[in-house]
Amino acid sequence: MVGAAGAMKQAMAKAKPDEFVKIERISKRFDDALAVDDVSLTVNRGEIFALLGGSGSGKSTLLRMLAGFERPSEGRVLLDGQDLTDLPPHQRPINMMFQSYALFPHMTVEQNIAFGLKQDRMSKAEIKDRVAEMLKLVRMSEYARRKPHQLSGGQRQRVALARSLAKSPKLLLLDEPMGALDKKLRSQMQLELVEIIERVGVTCIMVTHDQEEAMTMAQRIAIMHQGWIAQVGTPMDIYESPASRHVAEFVGSVNIFEGELTVDMEDHAIIECPKLDRPIYIGHGISTRAEDRHTIFALRPEKVWVSPDKPDQEYNWAHGEVHDIAYLGGHSVYYIKLDSGLIVQAFFANSERRMPRMTWDDKVYISWENDSGVVLPS
Amino acid sequence: MNRRPAFSTAMLWLGLVFLYLPMVILVIYSFNASRLVTVWGGWSIHWYIGLLDNTGLMSAVKRSLQIAFFTATAAVALGTLAAFAMTRIKRFRGRTLFSGLVTAPLVMPEVITGLSLLLLFVAMAQAVGWPAERGMVTIWIAHTTFATSYVAIVVSSRLGEIDQSVEEAALDLGCPPWKTFLQITVPMIAPSIAAGWLLAFSLSLDDLVLASFVSGPGATTLPMEVFSSVRLGVKPEINAIASVILLAVALCTLLAWLIVRSADRRARNPNASS
Repeated sequence: MVGAAGAMKQAMAKAKPDEFVKIERISKRFDDALAVDDVSLTVNRGEIFALLGGSGSGKSTLLRMLAGFERPSEGRVLLDGQDLTDLPPHQRPINMMFQSYALFPHMTVEQNIAFGLKQDRMSKAEIKDRVAEMLKLVRMSEYARRKPHQLSGGQRQRVALARSLAKSPKLLLLDEPMGALDKKLRSQMQLELVEIIERVGVTCIMVTHDQEEAMTMAQRIAIMHQGWIAQVGTPMDIYESPASRHVAEFVGSVNIFEGELTVDMEDHAIIECPKLDRPIYIGHGISTRAEDRHTIFALRPEKVWVSPDKPDQEYNWAHGEVHDIAYLGGHSVYYIKLDSGLIVQAFFANSERRMPRMTWDDKVYISWENDSGVVLPS
Repeated sequence: MNRRPAFSTAMLWLGLVFLYLPMVILVIYSFNASRLVTVWGGWSIHWYIGLLDNTGLMSAVKRSLQIAFFTATAAVALGTLAAFAMTRIKRFRGRTLFSGLVTAPLVMPEVITGLSLLLLFVAMAQAVGWPAERGMVTIWIAHTTFATSYVAIVVSSRLGEIDQSVEEAALDLGCPPWKTFLQITVPMIAPSIAAGWLLAFSLSLDDLVLASFVSGPGATTLPMEVFSSVRLGVKPEINAIASVILLAVALCTLLAWLIVRSADRRARNPNASS
């Protein structure tokens, strides 16, 4: 359902790209360390956009610059054509949901949600209506008079969301929205959060270190690494066509083969990899610089076939033995030790309850299709 | 129950006796019926009743309470601002120096603080004609200088504990910084402000040294009154007034402790996940 809505939004965005948030060459220096390094981004109207990165990647600093808590050392921030760079946080039409939720401990749920509205000098009756509407939106109406410490983690998150949506901000910021929840609640809240955000129709930028969360919630993801943006794209772009070895290794698991590019034609290419029995055959040409033949080939574990029988294809296979197995219920991860000593991961879907499976020390072959892997710039 | 080793128990009691026996004796002797301080003559509350008729002493009590009230109020205002500057403004020139200077009066010998304030007041009287005479106002200023340090310490420790994103959330929702301070920060640190006020109040109530330096004719505080009458020989009345002071200070401290403790308990769960 969410995926369908997301796909629809993507189609709309493609038809009429509407650049709503523009971050222009922004940098942030703390003393001598460069936390954010010359980042430019655009986010479309109505989009849910994720900044994904490890700790210290600069994603939180970037978010805090959007909220106005940090002043960029260089660069501009534009929202709907308006330059926000020099505005203090309380004058920005942007609201944020904090990782710790940051609810006001001395106020009730109602008062927390009304707080932002009061700053706009709305009439009492209007505030009351708006608070009631927000409470209904997050399904917290019966908790209106509770204090934050009387609520569970999930309930606090709903209140924090209602509070940040109450003022109908042009842009909603989410800082590690699921960071304080346990795993079970997390996946449920992810979908619910997206549903509420899409119903309200607000543009949203979220920060997370959890790739599953980013892929579930966001329509586009920017991978941040050491202060710069490594890649921007849809979850599928980022997973299936990573732009660099770092992105490939950061998102999901991957097998990396290094080799020499020996044939590079228009319709196919061949990479000689000394760790594999057979060369790698790719069903398209690689327009690389002729002088550098060193190539990195990335292959996701779910695209690796494991079988006891020798594949009857000329390319794209290797012989090894089962080195280790991790049974994870839904699928198993096989660690295959090739004859060259290289260990390759392969996922095996457990689609039948009790089927005969390969076991430790079995002699097996791994193989893959011509277009299963990605050639990365070295 | 768990048995404590005999040695530890003995040391504990020895320590407590060392600290509190003099006060216990003082309180007991304040109920002495005899006119001679060192001779026990049976129980009586006669000296407490006598206190009420001693107009000199009673006006000193009133003056001390007034000074303590204004000192506590001023110290809370200044100390809270100082604490805010120390914990919330991350980078400004001389931040370390500022923190040092704010807390220095804690360790400064009172004689030196008192003497330097006296010199300042005298110099100011000559230069600008104010303060024309020393009295309650100068004592108030002197007490505020050192009580502010205590308040700053108490409040800044609380400010350091609270989740700063709560304040950021208020800013984010369109609340200007000064209003955020009053509506969000102050309610969250209210228990430590109250504790700081009570602490400043009791510090001011019991100060003798500073008050002696900067006081003028006719502005005798309670500790000064007590001290001067002791010099003429200890009267049983003094035991009574001392017991009353002891009770007042103990109550202030207990109240401050209770406030801080209950605030800590409440602070333990909300937004604790951060």
